[in-house]
Amino acid sequence: MTDRVEDAYGAGNWTGALRRRAVKALPPEQLLPDRQPAYVSSWIYVFGALSLAALVWALVSGTWLALAGAAWWHTSTVGHFVNSLHLWSVELFFFFMVIHLWGQFFMASWRGRRALTWITGVVAFVGSIATAFTGYLVQQNFDSQWIATQAKDGLNSVGVGAWFNVLNTGQMLLWHVMLLPLVLGVLVVLHVLLVRVRGVVPPLDAPAGEVPPTEAAQ
Amino acid sequence: MIDVVAAPVDLNHPGHYLHWGVIQLSLANLVVIAVMVGVFVLALLLPFPGGRRRP
Repeated sequence: MTDRVEDAYGAGNWTGALRRRAVKALPPEQLLPDRQPAYVSSWIYVFGALSLAALVWALVSGTWLALAGAAWWHTSTVGHFVNSLHLWSVELFFFFMVIHLWGQFFMASWRGRRALTWITGVVAFVGSIATAFTGYLVQQNFDSQWIATQAKDGLNSVGVGAWFNVLNTGQMLLWHVMLLPLVLGVLVVLHVLLVRVRGVVPPLDAPAGEVPPTEAAQ
Repeated sequence: MIDVVAAPVDLNHPGHYLHWGVIQLSLANLVVIAVMVGVFVLALLLPFPGGRRRP
């Protein structure tokens, strides 16, 4: 009976096909695993999740700032607090992300068909720098004016000044609150999905008995 | 209380900068880099609580 219902309604339509492809590409047991290999029990594997947590705080505080507006974050005590929360979550994001980068670099994390995981991480890191840069440009203080005038010559010299004008606060604000967070968000989601699908990379000196069979075969 | 915390980190003056040829680095950034290297080394050396019990 169930088969007949599936024949009539499940198979052949695009939603069923999409579901089967999605489950095959991203198996739920790999997206949310119950267990991890023993070598994951190390502090060095914690810094990816810490970076992610700091990014979430940056996004939450940034959304709050965007909703409440510049007059609020410049004049009210809660506004000052949320503004500081945004700054310090970004400081911690870079702190944790650089340690995560060192850890992954020195264990050659691109091994075992993980090149795309590594590349999305590198591009997300560069994108984070661009996002932080536009954030410093829209602080509306002497610091941001100094940074903008210094960066202007550098960006003009590589020919992008015409469409990425660091002296245009409105343009930089929109890059900072819309375009770059969107790109960064997509990259980070891709990066995390790839980590889940490909699995956490084993250390270079992991004993053969601890490495999953699929990993050892590669 | 605020004075106690503020005393060792007085931000009310221009920052200190270090120069090595073309490299110019603020003392504050150098301290942050040193702390990051320290945390990295500790992350490699310190045992993870509950680790090695799982197969």
